[in-house]
Amino acid sequence: MSRYDRQIKLTEVGPEGQKKLRSAKVLIVGVGGLGCPAAMYLTGAGVRKIGLMDHDKVDMSNLHRQVLFQESDVGRSKAVVAKEQLEKQNSEVRFEVYEEPLTMENAENIINQYDVVLDGTDNFETKYLINDACILANKPWVFASIYKNEGQLSVFNYEDGPTYRCVFPKSTRQNISCEATGVLGVLPGILGTLQAAEVLKIVLGAGEVLSGKLKLINMMQASEQTIKINKRPYEVEKIRKNGIAPVYIDCDLKNKEQWYLDVREVFEQPKPKGKKVLSIPLGDLTLRYQEIPNNQEVFVFCQSGKRSKNAIEILKNEFGFHNLKNVEGGIETIIDG
Amino acid sequence: MKVTVKYFGLVAEAAEKSEEVLDLNGVFTASELKAQCLIGLAIADKDSVQIAVNQNLDDKITIKDGDEVALLPPFAGG
Repeated sequence: MSRYDRQIKLTEVGPEGQKKLRSAKVLIVGVGGLGCPAAMYLTGAGVRKIGLMDHDKVDMSNLHRQVLFQESDVGRSKAVVAKEQLEKQNSEVRFEVYEEPLTMENAENIINQYDVVLDGTDNFETKYLINDACILANKPWVFASIYKNEGQLSVFNYEDGPTYRCVFPKSTRQNISCEATGVLGVLPGILGTLQAAEVLKIVLGAGEVLSGKLKLINMMQASEQTIKINKRPYEVEKIRKNGIAPVYIDCDLKNKEQWYLDVREVFEQPKPKGKKVLSIPLGDLTLRYQEIPNNQEVFVFCQSGKRSKNAIEILKNEFGFHNLKNVEGGIETIIDG
Repeated sequence: MKVTVKYFGLVAEAAEKSEEVLDLNGVFTASELKAQCLIGLAIADKDSVQIAVNQNLDDKITIKDGDEVALLPPFAGG
């Protein structure tokens, strides 16, 4: 008996559908709360290849919702651990690991190697990047996002249908992650599973694909609603004509006279403006510490306050800086407005 | 005219309710109604909030009696 027998029995699948699945290549960007369950069901269904893209490491606080990871995986690369687990689940599926973020430089090239993209990201910048790169590569993508107990789901750029920019034309710096708001593990589980279902329907050419519609799910209230969305042709044409639109989300810091040191990676947002804001990623400090003023107070920040604390330790112990102060709550606490 | 307004995500949080019925006088487009609903709410980026009228995303349509309106902020979590 074939391992796919139970799905082949469905009229929507059948032997022909299984062949389609067998040749399908799916890129999962972000192997977290959404990406883990999605990857497991797509692996089970027997697609040909899954790209697993995540530059993050497993943290203990991920385990309640990121169901591919075990306690012993804490500190290891999410993409690598996911590949190991999924290979045990189905040795017929090929996995490609990308331990790097999706960027303006690599997005189109990587996405071109797949048939459909599944968005498991937790930030607006990458969602717009996936959107724009999928427009250029002419690939559909399955979007999902959550906020506390609510989720949004849609399929974008499917058969010339609406895109993410047709719903939300401009990015926003209100980048509120699960880390900040809290989330029950089941919600990304539900959304990620629904995303996998949309991928399967796209590949099989079966049923009704959630294109031109935005599904809103409230897990606590057990309610859902579907909103019709229309294409804004201008938003799509703009990307076709000018290429991927970089999402630089500016912000101002509260004190313009104060020196600041941003130790986040260059792709992290929002980006503060100002002459007294230095940007040196944590990993580059030992090469570039001389750029940092040592005769006046400098506030050091990152997204949460953790990396900036490490940065101060390094700069103090190795290079003798005594003028650095950590921004405990991360960048959000020093933004103006 | 009576209009039902549904709030989602951080808009619902800032409004401290997920739904209300407004009794309105005058003529409004969807985007004017959105601005009115968001007045006084602690939302940093009001432009990012989209409005759907009777389950259709559209900010130009004129609001009529009995309409159901939804205010949708973008979500980023995953």
